[in-house]
Amino acid sequence: MALANTILQRRNARAGPHEDGDEVRREPAAVRFLIVALAVAFLVVFLVLPLITVFQQAFMHGLWPYLAALVEPDAVAAIRLTLVVAAISVSLNLLFGLVAAWAIAKFDFPGKSVLITLIDLPFSVSPVIAGLVFVLLFGAQGYFGAFLQAHDIQILFALPGLVLATVFVTFPFVARELIPLMQEQGTQDEEAAISLGASGLQTFFRVTLPNVKWALLYGVLLCNARAMGEFGAVSVVSGHIRGETNTMPLHIEILYNEYQFTAAFAVASLLALLALVTLIAKVLLERRAAAE
Amino acid sequence: MRRLIATAVPLLLLGTAYAADVTLLNVSYDPTREFYAEVNRAFAAQYQETTGRTVRIKQSHGGSGRQARSVIDGLKADAVTLALAYDIDAIADRGIIAADWQSRLPYQSAPYTSTIVFVVRKGNPKNVKDWDDLVRPDVTVITPNPKTSGGARWNYLAAWGYALKTTGSEAKAKDFVRAIYANVPVLDTAARASLITFLARGVGDVFLSWENEAFLAINEFGKDRFEIITPSISILAEPPVAIVDKTVERNGTRATAEAYLRFLYSKEGQEIAAKHYYRPRDAKTARKYAALFPELELFTVDGLLGGWRAVQQKHFADNGIFDQISGQ
Repeated sequence: MALANTILQRRNARAGPHEDGDEVRREPAAVRFLIVALAVAFLVVFLVLPLITVFQQAFMHGLWPYLAALVEPDAVAAIRLTLVVAAISVSLNLLFGLVAAWAIAKFDFPGKSVLITLIDLPFSVSPVIAGLVFVLLFGAQGYFGAFLQAHDIQILFALPGLVLATVFVTFPFVARELIPLMQEQGTQDEEAAISLGASGLQTFFRVTLPNVKWALLYGVLLCNARAMGEFGAVSVVSGHIRGETNTMPLHIEILYNEYQFTAAFAVASLLALLALVTLIAKVLLERRAAAE
Repeated sequence: MRRLIATAVPLLLLGTAYAADVTLLNVSYDPTREFYAEVNRAFAAQYQETTGRTVRIKQSHGGSGRQARSVIDGLKADAVTLALAYDIDAIADRGIIAADWQSRLPYQSAPYTSTIVFVVRKGNPKNVKDWDDLVRPDVTVITPNPKTSGGARWNYLAAWGYALKTTGSEAKAKDFVRAIYANVPVLDTAARASLITFLARGVGDVFLSWENEAFLAINEFGKDRFEIITPSISILAEPPVAIVDKTVERNGTRATAEAYLRFLYSKEGQEIAAKHYYRPRDAKTARKYAALFPELELFTVDGLLGGWRAVQQKHFADNGIFDQISGQ
């Protein structure tokens, strides 16, 4: 409740008095109250209450069982694996997103619109389908199954499979964040740099990159949050080996299914904390960006 | 820098020194984690004592059918310990497990059993004693949809088998099961959802459950709030185990994997199974834990109902008996 209020206050403070605001204020007080109350109630029911419930369930049996659930070897392994998968996936997507956004925003080439549509594909495909696609490709019965087995390469049910699935699902985040901004900025800055004698790489690192750094960080932040929280696609390719291929979301589900509710919510609270950290980082980023 | 290497290298070596002589992967189903964690510890100790070698057993858990699917897709399990023979058959159909797997270990390769029981609220306020009470108009029953939940098929078949055995007629059994499902207010899609409906949300008078899972759930949600009622007749659930031939050939782990599964039949293995609420096969262990597992008449899917494939076709296929009684 308090959180919702502060969010609203901040929104209002930032919106400030301008014409649209006055328009709204001409509405009868009752209507205004109703709209605000509705929004707050919605926030409380769908965001704040579930969040509180997670922590309440996690601490139901006190602090000690909570900590025990987090230092348990399988949980530690799950947390470590989640961090590793997210680090690799986010780096790959950072690289890809930058390259793709740069190509799309600064150059014209045939097939550009197809590329833009393809980048959005993971948003419209269910993550479970994404996972199944990798099973069809790399599974023992899949297209490359025989080849992989003959060469003793393990992709599914191991780290490579988890990274592949996560990369697929988080594909659009960085690129989507950058493309509109880069398109809006146009190519004048780069043209100026090059006419002054800068090389291609110099232009990229000294002009293009600084221009988009806030959007880039924001994209990475979202990408990371999604990478750590991803469940569907990862679940299909994981194999659920304890202490080895279980990421945090998978670990939570398994604990829950084993009637270990306290432990499940303890690990879930870590993910929820991550969401809160992301939220705070996002606010800070926006402020820094606005300040510049 | 040199000091860093000096400390890092022994640490890394320490990490590898810990690795066991043999590593096995046991792919199992959902609620068996605690059980197999204890089995693995006991087996590792015994293995080291008899062979002088160390063994580490990794575990994987999930829905039984999905776990079977993962093994088919290349999850390198040395042993599978699933809920249904049907799921191991599916793996065997791909040639990953030998076709005669079920006859390689005693008791059709099922070292422990369970059955379907009733969970009721403490004090049994509706006085539910047996299946006949479930058709009473004042009793509501919580069980998931057997079309979508593998576990719920056992519940359905337990009721069906009881009616078949007591009335001797399929037509009457159909009426009986229809009457039970008429008392189900919410037909959840999965067992877990049903459990939450009954235990956490407080809907319904009777919850149908595997016996071992009923114990686990009650331990978590409070022994002072729920109790278990064992009916006079129920179904014998035989969760089977098997060695995955393709993996053990590749890894050279056949002997260890076999010893691991045979350990489940040993006195110690049976004792651990009973402690985790599976009914032991061993008569002596069964007597020791008799207080936990009341006696009842048990029938099998193979014996009374003609096997899983037949049951699947007759009851749960589209327009099968379940569709007929639920009025679709």
